[in-house]
Amino acid sequence: MTAETPQSISPAGAPLLHVKGLKKHFPIHGGILKRQVATVYAVDGVDFDVFPGEVFSLVGESGCGKTTLGRSVLRLTEPTAGEVQFDGTDIIGLPVDELRRLRRQMQIIFQDPFGSLNPRMPISDIIGEGLLAQGLTDRKARDKKVEDALETVGLRREYTRRYPHEFSGGQRQRIGVARALALEPKFIVCDEPVSALDVSIQSQVLNLLLDLRRDFNLTYLFISHNLSVIQYFSDRVGVMYLGKIMEVGTVDDLYRNARHPYTIALLSAIPDPDPRRRQKRLVLKGDVPSPVAPPPGCRFSTRCWLREQLGNPERCTTEEPELRVISTGHRVACHFEDRITATTVADRVAAQSVIDTAIAAPV
Amino acid sequence: MTETLSAPAPLGSPPAHEVLLDVRDMKTHFKVLDGIVPAVDGVSFSLGRGQTLGIVGESGSGKSVTALTIMRLLDIPPAVIGAESEVWFDGREILHMPLDSMRRIRGKDMAMIFQEPLTSLNPVLSIGEQIGEQVRLHLKVSRHEARDRSIESLRSVGIPSPEARIKQFPHEMSGGMRQRVMIAMALSCEPKLLIADEPTTALDVTIQAQILELLKVIQQRTGSALLLITHDLGVVAEMVDHVVVMYAGQVVEQGTANEVMLEPKAPYTMGLLESIPTAEKRGGRLSVIKGVVPSPFHLPPACRFEPRCPYAWDLCHEVAPELYPVVGSGSGRRARCHLHQAAGESRRVAALELHADAMRVGRGLKEDPA
Amino acid sequence: MSDVFSNEPGIEAERLRRAEEAGEDYEVGLESLSQWQLAWRKFRHHRLALIGLGIIATLIVVAIAGPILMPFDFATIPVPDKIVYQGSPPSLAHPMGETGGLQRDVLELVVNGSRTSLFIGFSSMFIGVTIGTIVGSIAGYVGGFLDNLLMRIVDVMLSLPILFVILVAGRFFGNGSVVLIVVIFGLFSWMGVSRLVRSQFLSIRESEFVEAARAVGVRDRRIIFRHILPNAFSPIVVVASLIVAGNIIGEAFVSFLGFGVSPTTPTWGNILSNALTFIPLGNWWWPMFPGLAIILTVLAVNFIGDGLRDALDPRSRA
Repeated sequence: MTAETPQSISPAGAPLLHVKGLKKHFPIHGGILKRQVATVYAVDGVDFDVFPGEVFSLVGESGCGKTTLGRSVLRLTEPTAGEVQFDGTDIIGLPVDELRRLRRQMQIIFQDPFGSLNPRMPISDIIGEGLLAQGLTDRKARDKKVEDALETVGLRREYTRRYPHEFSGGQRQRIGVARALALEPKFIVCDEPVSALDVSIQSQVLNLLLDLRRDFNLTYLFISHNLSVIQYFSDRVGVMYLGKIMEVGTVDDLYRNARHPYTIALLSAIPDPDPRRRQKRLVLKGDVPSPVAPPPGCRFSTRCWLREQLGNPERCTTEEPELRVISTGHRVACHFEDRITATTVADRVAAQSVIDTAIAAPV
Repeated sequence: MTETLSAPAPLGSPPAHEVLLDVRDMKTHFKVLDGIVPAVDGVSFSLGRGQTLGIVGESGSGKSVTALTIMRLLDIPPAVIGAESEVWFDGREILHMPLDSMRRIRGKDMAMIFQEPLTSLNPVLSIGEQIGEQVRLHLKVSRHEARDRSIESLRSVGIPSPEARIKQFPHEMSGGMRQRVMIAMALSCEPKLLIADEPTTALDVTIQAQILELLKVIQQRTGSALLLITHDLGVVAEMVDHVVVMYAGQVVEQGTANEVMLEPKAPYTMGLLESIPTAEKRGGRLSVIKGVVPSPFHLPPACRFEPRCPYAWDLCHEVAPELYPVVGSGSGRRARCHLHQAAGESRRVAALELHADAMRVGRGLKEDPA
Repeated sequence: MSDVFSNEPGIEAERLRRAEEAGEDYEVGLESLSQWQLAWRKFRHHRLALIGLGIIATLIVVAIAGPILMPFDFATIPVPDKIVYQGSPPSLAHPMGETGGLQRDVLELVVNGSRTSLFIGFSSMFIGVTIGTIVGSIAGYVGGFLDNLLMRIVDVMLSLPILFVILVAGRFFGNGSVVLIVVIFGLFSWMGVSRLVRSQFLSIRESEFVEAARAVGVRDRRIIFRHILPNAFSPIVVVASLIVAGNIIGEAFVSFLGFGVSPTTPTWGNILSNALTFIPLGNWWWPMFPGLAIILTVLAVNFIGDGLRDALDPRSRA
């Protein structure tokens, strides 16, 4: 097994995907007149770059906007504001026809192996549809490519006439991968591709994705809530919370030297299958606030253990922290990141009550 | 650590007093159009008073059906319960007792928390009414007393200002809060056994941490036994003392959490643990369990894991393995694999060595975990 | 392009390993069944639905073959020598009896009526489902102002007292023609379908497989016809069956009141209507058999609808 490690790729040169100030707001209409009564700030000003050949991951809890972000960079939903450049092309202003041509190069794999395949279509159509849309009208040539793609993801060529319900979850996910792969893309958004799969199937699909990356020089934007999978799978990681990136860096930066109080809490929350590593964890209070009314200042301030420990400095609720560089490639959006030490975390863990965690601190 | 996990009692007679729950040869099959699904196929385990037991398995392993069968919550038909199956709870056989008697146990001595609190709470009743109803039904107390008790149980699960919260409806609460309400409700009658079926699967990781920590503290405080059903090996390792691993409707391995998670003896458990992504495996391929879980209509003839098993040989295709005691371990330690018979001795040594190697790499350990 | 999926030996070995990991077929040995085959398998186990299907099939055969075997042409049928008030009860020669007045064979009337009644029920359903599907698709897919407009039109249509409108329209254009009745019923049975189709569009439009199709560049038209409509089909079929039943009753009702199909073309409804004055004379067989035919048809159609609902529901996998 060759181990050209994903980690060895350094983010240098021109990015394949450049995202700047990206926002996606969803209006909520209400009343008889369907007037806009509120706005969901799903993605609210996000910057990041994805470099050729790397796996850039976005991690966060539900409602943090990571899925919307993945859809927005592909323009599957129209962003409200911001810039998205793919391979130097600005895709926000792209006319529909050119966008369609560009779709060959940027693909997506979905979370739900049941919902992402049309139950009324045979596999040949599901995978071949993209080729057809891209102008490959010759049925024979298309079928050949469909069969090749099936074989590439580890399924049999003969499966083309079958329907999705005849496959297990893991196999369906392979079909979803084959659909993306058939167009021979450069870049794939993987939106929680293994979250719906059983543990024993997860590793199969992760292996497949890594193999394909190596064989076809793919670049992934990998979206997940599973921190262990992300640690194994990615080169660089962005941690999202309420529509913003809180911390971004290499896997080592984040997992060995997390500098944002939210990242630290997230990492502490992973249950470890090794019972000897049972330890008291840092438990955050409350739930993620609604993206309709994000807290003023730092969005994490309502649940922030560090803020509480520092005696609730005013700055956290008045001034939104910038995502600033703390070392090469490692950026953190926290005013007081320099106050975090091993003892601050340990003190907090020792002092916390694990019962009174139901609600967050008042703003 | 007691050895109640395997304390054998003759069929038809109650187990020793310290055993709270004794499941014996439980069979739950479902009759469907395509045939019969043996969802739970001869499962036995026991749980001592105040102890914690985890049932781990993937979808289709039968772990949830096991819990629902114990609670007698399945519709019969399509479910068919084995005539010889027995479930002893607190000295009484409950699997075949009249449903009326079961209803008096359910919710009082034995309570359950479900994966999705929103669907298991009644949307048109306030939180207080739902907890109060259960308290009054089982404890025969006054309305006023039931209210006090509801408030108290909400307070015990960390819900702030419970006096105000009892007037709220489930949809007014967040997911984490609802799961707390479910726990409060389950604990309101001080059950002897709490069954939690994937209690944190629908929750975000930081909320999962809250709920797990809460469950741990509460379990210790109330002294009720906990039967935790999950697919998450991490959750099991953190939460329970004893583990039962299920695959395709059968128990394939059992032992203490430390034993099962650190020195698994069934190839399925070994494969599961090897396949977990870790930091140390970065850059390499993950080891996998090949293939997919067999269709319940086409189970392999002998060992159900045999088609996916890297260690399988002829015998595995011909003779179904029993849940053999693991050589050199306590009586509660068992694995359903021919490796643990005399015939599999040399193969066992080789397999365990391979596994140990894989785990050393995966956990970044220099020495043997033992 | 072909180099991506090349057959180099190294890649071939990789591929084999992946195939090995992916493992065997999920349901080895099960024949490959399409969604429709699966649905039929479930439908077959629904006894009442099967009976309903048998009844409807028989009625359709009767409706097609019956009028050929026992033609009924109002103009050429001989008028009997003497007009009697009392008809004759069922006998061997006339299994459903004879009517009073013109002494028609009731069987002959019911058989000929089945053709018209079923024709009205099914054709008006087709019109309603077609309009409803088109309107619902547009509203659901385009959304926005058009959606709002179309749905308000539906609201207005639903608030009309339909029976009254039909009576008036029947009188206004009235020549008692079958086609007119079909068109009127068709025009008044699409609203439910359009609401249903719209809601199906709204939910299926958001599904991941539609998003996947858009991600590979599939055009709107194909998304509508290959992705959304086929998946919206099952609930439409269920509603369609109910419309057939409703419109057969509706036609009977309107004809019974004398505003429907002219008595020169027998329908179950106008046979009943004609029988009305003879009921006091004890001619029970005259209204009973067309009445039974209506009840039987409506029951059968409803059973089929029930069976379809179960068979096409993806949630019931068993």
